[in-house]
Amino acid sequence: MSEKGWKDLAAGGKITEPGNAAQYKTGDWRTFIPDVDREKCINCLFCYLYCPDMAIEVKEDSTLGEIKLDYCKGCGICSSVCPVKCIEMKKEEK
Amino acid sequence: MKLNIKDLPKIPERLGPGHRLCSGCGAPIVAKMVLMGTKDPVVVTNATGCLEVATTIFPYTAWKTPFIHSAFENSASTAAGVEAAYQSLKRKGKVKEEVKILAIGGDGGTYDIGLQALSGALERGHDFVYLCYDNGAYMNTGIQRSGATPRGSSTTTSPAGEAVPGKQQFPKDLTAICAAHKVPYVAQGAISNWKDLITKASKAFAVKGPAVLNVLSPCPPGWKHADDLAVEISEIAVNSKIWPLYEIENGQWKITYRPRENKIRPVEDWIKMQGRFRHLSRKENHHIIDEIQQWADENWDRLEKMEKATSNQGDSEEKQK
Repeated sequence: MSEKGWKDLAAGGKITEPGNAAQYKTGDWRTFIPDVDREKCINCLFCYLYCPDMAIEVKEDSTLGEIKLDYCKGCGICSSVCPVKCIEMKKEEK
Repeated sequence: MKLNIKDLPKIPERLGPGHRLCSGCGAPIVAKMVLMGTKDPVVVTNATGCLEVATTIFPYTAWKTPFIHSAFENSASTAAGVEAAYQSLKRKGKVKEEVKILAIGGDGGTYDIGLQALSGALERGHDFVYLCYDNGAYMNTGIQRSGATPRGSSTTTSPAGEAVPGKQQFPKDLTAICAAHKVPYVAQGAISNWKDLITKASKAFAVKGPAVLNVLSPCPPGWKHADDLAVEISEIAVNSKIWPLYEIENGQWKITYRPRENKIRPVEDWIKMQGRFRHLSRKENHHIIDEIQQWADENWDRLEKMEKATSNQGDSEEKQK
């Protein structure tokens, strides 16, 4: 991510690309990392619904997709709302 | 229409990843759930506050909708201006599609600083939805007390010490203040009851005229609880009746969720989960917990009475016809 100079910016300081914060990876804030036991998962999608960082994807067939670790801040809400306790928060080794 | 969690991912995502709100923050969950209430394009205006500051750090934005940052006090008047412009363009035929307008403010920007702008916009009857995510203090600037801060809560401007045990006043009742404007729809929600919240959001978007949503938004650094507790803490707030879920639709009050007997918790359980109330566990401060319990019970009784008093309104009007 490189800093932008004033010449690169749109007039009036407008941001013209929607959702471009996705270029900013908040994943490196993380201390704990979610570890999903996919065998136990019942695809209730509560983790998707409650993720504050929009880091949990849902597949076309409405089942749990990838966890986008680029954005996951490791808060553990997914683990706490999981009704079958298939998400474990583990200390991340970097 | 029955709400199914499997349909929600099909609604376009309006608030994307990469925002810099704290780990475990309740505000993005509130915003994303409310935005699940409509499939139409949305224009968002946002007063200064955590959600605005952290989602739109220049030159980035986490929003995939048109987004206007207004000053602390005028999120509602900005939305009113957008709505007036939209109505004009629609009349001229320049805009054909249905567009929804959402104004967002924190509790500081709604209960205190933005109250007159909100009151004005409600009175003028603009067709928009106002969302207040209530985290109970000015969290963005470092946890100063606001009109929404609960009694007994320790903040940097109402610190708990030997002489004064935290904030001395009870919070004001914003939901009732908005309802007193006789707008078509006002509701109070919490993220723990997601079906209830998303249904309320879709009602608010569907209604013609102003609608207000007041949603509890847990804040790990401000409330001093662990990062993963946002949902649990909301649930206990609802079940202890300190944050009741209800709506006022065309003057008719309705409690939308009554905790079952075995689910009701004392407010003490909610208070004990949060570090901002830590001093209340001391013996000499215990009377404050009783006061808060009494306040919550009285509030609930009043809601029950309001529900009863307004429940026949629709019937009697029909009879008159």
